[in-house]
Amino acid sequence: MPLWAERERVLKYVDAYRDSKLAKRLLETLQKRPYGSRTLRLMEICGTHTVAMFRLGLRQLLPSPLQLISGPGCPVCVTATEDVDRALWIARQTGAIVATFGDFMRVPGSRSSLLTERSRGGSVRMVYASFDALQVARDNPHREVVFLGIGFETTAPTVAAAILQASREGIENFSVLSMHKLLPPAMKALLDGEGMDLHGFICPGHVSTVIGAAAYEEIAARYEIPCVVTGFEALDLLQGLHLLVDQVLAGEARVVNQYSRAVNWGGNPAAQRLLAQVFEPADAPWRGLGIIPRSGLKIRKEWQLLDAAERFAIPPMESREPPGCRCSEVLRGTVTPPQCGLFGKACTPETPVGPCMVSSEGTCGAYHQYHQED
Amino acid sequence: MNDIVQLDHGSGGRATQELVQRCFFQLFANEYLLQMNDSALLPWAGGQMAMTTDSYVVDPIIFPGGDIGSLAVHGTVNDLAMQGARPLYLTAGFILEEGLSLEVLEYVARSMAEAAREAQVMIVAGDTKVVPRGKADRLFINTAGVGVVPSGIRVGGQYARPGDSVLINGTIGDHGIAVLCKREGLAFEREILSDSAPLNDLVSGILESCPRVRVLRDPTRGGVATALNEIAQQSGVGIVLFEESLRIKEDVAGACEVLGLDPLYVANEGKVLVFVPPDDEQLVLNLMRNHPRGRDGVKIGQVTQEGAGRVTLETGVGGHRLVQMLHGEQLPRIC
Repeated sequence: MPLWAERERVLKYVDAYRDSKLAKRLLETLQKRPYGSRTLRLMEICGTHTVAMFRLGLRQLLPSPLQLISGPGCPVCVTATEDVDRALWIARQTGAIVATFGDFMRVPGSRSSLLTERSRGGSVRMVYASFDALQVARDNPHREVVFLGIGFETTAPTVAAAILQASREGIENFSVLSMHKLLPPAMKALLDGEGMDLHGFICPGHVSTVIGAAAYEEIAARYEIPCVVTGFEALDLLQGLHLLVDQVLAGEARVVNQYSRAVNWGGNPAAQRLLAQVFEPADAPWRGLGIIPRSGLKIRKEWQLLDAAERFAIPPMESREPPGCRCSEVLRGTVTPPQCGLFGKACTPETPVGPCMVSSEGTCGAYHQYHQED
Repeated sequence: MNDIVQLDHGSGGRATQELVQRCFFQLFANEYLLQMNDSALLPWAGGQMAMTTDSYVVDPIIFPGGDIGSLAVHGTVNDLAMQGARPLYLTAGFILEEGLSLEVLEYVARSMAEAAREAQVMIVAGDTKVVPRGKADRLFINTAGVGVVPSGIRVGGQYARPGDSVLINGTIGDHGIAVLCKREGLAFEREILSDSAPLNDLVSGILESCPRVRVLRDPTRGGVATALNEIAQQSGVGIVLFEESLRIKEDVAGACEVLGLDPLYVANEGKVLVFVPPDDEQLVLNLMRNHPRGRDGVKIGQVTQEGAGRVTLETGVGGHRLVQMLHGEQLPRIC
């Protein structure tokens, strides 16, 4: 099959998951489930799900017993202020170029953001992929190029691949500041926390392509909570909700893979091998959740020449959280953005106070962008 | 706001509005500037004339479907046309960086000449400055233009009324995605072309047959979402968009999904939003569809009494969501 024909087929395949008639039928049947007097608190962990729900306007169409809670699945949002400050410190070093994904540019550290550093003359490049950062290093052999490793299991393998490539080519002026995080440990930390009354997880689609649906089995069993790996189109989301409601109403707690067209039970072994080869799990600070054991990815000793944390003598940061900002609670799902006193007033997408307002995947950003007060 | 100019201030969205309000409006204030439309309507002996200016700093200079020269003509011609004016004369100012190849400059100039011929305007005055290497990025162009408004025409962002239909002459997001893909070296199987085009012929045809048109607006920087928000605020009305009637080319939609961009916020350079009373909707759609610049003309929304100052979008599944103005530059996401 020629390439274009293959592509047409794939696109049509996505369109099939946007069928609005079928979506309306699924919504109707979701309305008619025997909820009784129960309220089902379901958490979508992933920021892309949060945004997809808003973009479709699904939230206000769901039956009232279903309560959607946004979780900590926005990579820039959970990056701790001290980590942002470390990145900003690097951006201020003479001769250094910081390369990063777009959403990270606006995240406020204690005193500024990369965007502000750039307008003050700091060398900050926006890239679309870790390999673009590698190219920046090739093009600027006399500058230290530091790529900010942000993201969950989805993004981390591509960064691992860039590290291996840099090592193979002997690129000496490239390094990565790894702030990568793992989602399942964060889910456990949430459930271990106080006052977390959750009835089900809408598990992330993209992350699961790498770690596989099996990665949630331990959580489902230990915490007796249903987990459904879900895609991002209208029909995916609605079917995912049905599958969660099925389990909650039947008193079951299993892992179900709704997104089987993209996610395997065991995940992507090649990506997992890359991760294991370059990174090792380490305790990591999460905004809102504190330090979670073995929830981050540290670059292994073998590749320490490519580890910006080893390469630069980054001094300890005196980081401070912005006063009044409730991002921590938003990330735990204990408050919704409009409950924060800064939301929409002192904190807007142009002048974000907290990271959840910055990212297009952040809960506050999504509320501000799409939410209409009823 | 920080006390320095940031790129956001040039994005055409809310940050730009704030900067202009803070630095220019108060100091320059006069009744014409404060019309806040694409061009200013000025009185003269023969009725009304329109005047506008725009600077072009696009990178890359040459992109699929156009270049900085044709864009500099189209953009200014269209700003005049959006006031219902017949564009007549343009000026062109060039800021050239030392080291720019003359071949490129000639290419751009030829392209401008051709665009001016097509739009039936004359470039009647100009200026050329050269700055040392590094003090500009190869080539910046400013064009200003004047045109006359035929009598009986009254269009402007403040005239939208509840019940009006919102029409557009085709697909959205083409220009911004074409430029972005070229700049960032992103390749899709088919090259995405900019829609950059002069709209004065299409618009004057519509106005001749349907002088009751209320608003014309070209959704350039900040895209359809930002343009509609401006109109909703200027007119004090609500606007509902129908997601299912928005036309987006497959490749543009694909690129937007990959990059995490919303086509509603991506720039267009050959599109016009037309607000008409509902009785004239079909007439204007037919006029569009019979014009080469409007073959895919479509109704995309409706003006409402409720939700004044706000734009909402009705989704395919029947939900509603708020459509805000662009906040700063759209930044591609991580995952």
